[in-house]
Amino acid sequence: MVLKDELRQFVTDNLMFGKPCDGFADDDSFIERGIIDSTAVMELVAFLEQRYRFKLQDRELNPDNLDSVNKLARFVASRLEPKFAAELGPGRVLLGPGPLQFAGKNGPGT
Amino acid sequence: MNTTTTAFSADVLNIDAAAVSAVIETEIRDIVLQRLNRKGVIVAISGGIDSSVVAALCIKALGSTRVLGLILPEADSSPDSLYFANLLAQSLGLRTHLEDIAGILTAAGCYQRRDEAIRKVIPEYKDGYKCKIVLPDQVNGSAYPIFSVVVESPTGERTKTRLTLDSYLGVVAATSFKQRTRKMMEYYYADLLNYAVAGTANRLEYDQGFFVKNGDGAADLKPIAHLYKTQVYQLAESLGIPEEIQKRPPTTDTYPLDQSQEEFYFPLPYDKMDLCLYARNRDVQPEEVAPVIGLTPEQVARAYHIIDSTRRATRYLHRPAVLCEDVPEVPHDAGT
Repeated sequence: MVLKDELRQFVTDNLMFGKPCDGFADDDSFIERGIIDSTAVMELVAFLEQRYRFKLQDRELNPDNLDSVNKLARFVASRLEPKFAAELGPGRVLLGPGPLQFAGKNGPGT
Repeated sequence: MNTTTTAFSADVLNIDAAAVSAVIETEIRDIVLQRLNRKGVIVAISGGIDSSVVAALCIKALGSTRVLGLILPEADSSPDSLYFANLLAQSLGLRTHLEDIAGILTAAGCYQRRDEAIRKVIPEYKDGYKCKIVLPDQVNGSAYPIFSVVVESPTGERTKTRLTLDSYLGVVAATSFKQRTRKMMEYYYADLLNYAVAGTANRLEYDQGFFVKNGDGAADLKPIAHLYKTQVYQLAESLGIPEEIQKRPPTTDTYPLDQSQEEFYFPLPYDKMDLCLYARNRDVQPEEVAPVIGLTPEQVARAYHIIDSTRRATRYLHRPAVLCEDVPEVPHDAGT
């Protein structure tokens, strides 16, 4: 599953509670759309840390990193490369020219 | 939203305190005796400015024989609160009952559950330690409002750690026993005396959802919910609330460590927060507000954003139970 799709799925299922998300674009701000509050941010942080196995630092908890699906995907990809990808082993994370993807049946999203 | 027609200044919140007080007193009489059909009012007094003003207004409206003040300390309450509550009662001639709710809270597991939630992020936290939860600086930084817990060891060593979701929810859920237990006790006395319960929220707290649902947010009337805290202080002076209480810094008095309202909830001190809320409600541009309150336009814009998002996030706290189908015979405002 493409990382961005997985993140989008988490946002719609857990932060938007499955409400219709017509017109919800990957660049849309969670703040501007009223999707996220302090509890939702904590839920998002818990998901990122558990799912992608890295610890978010306080200085990383800002809208530049977490305020849209695209920002999230870029941020997670930047943190995954050294932390999680190495644990998974070669070939499990595909860092191609397109969006970051997972591969292999033990990787996230499979 | 209203549109401002005059230049914005710090004076916009100035009121004719005596006139405002008279209006509220008339309303209290009408609400309690006519619309709610109750003989008097219960006011939980914390020794803070809001409950002091509500108690004074109720006494002026109904007379001291129809007002009962409840003093409801628990294990983490500051001794100052008891002192100031007694000072107020003496000053107003207010009848009071003191109910220490620590036993109820202990039986409910309030302290134990809170401490267990803290130990999820600070395992060494144990008896003898003190704690509070705090927010980051939201006006000067771009950080999300994620709480941290500050703990102090018996030797005075402090540790600050960001709360995880489950630890945060655990701390808040356990701590809310305090406000809900107080409200339970208020309604016990209200039932006993056929009184109504007066809430003590000011406008800032009411608008921004700074209360526990079915805890301090529950009441039969809220006499000062339309007044900015700055205006509550003006009423306090007009009503002759003891100067010591007027000068006491606002505190949550909920956690063992001293905790300001800015650390816990509001991004600015109440006087600046009041002005930002007033200005936001009237679409005053941040550039006009900034020099008045000593902030940059960017900081005011950030405060506006926090006001909007907090208002949105706490809207459900104001909602009564939502019915799946309307019951037209029982309107929401039944009895009024």
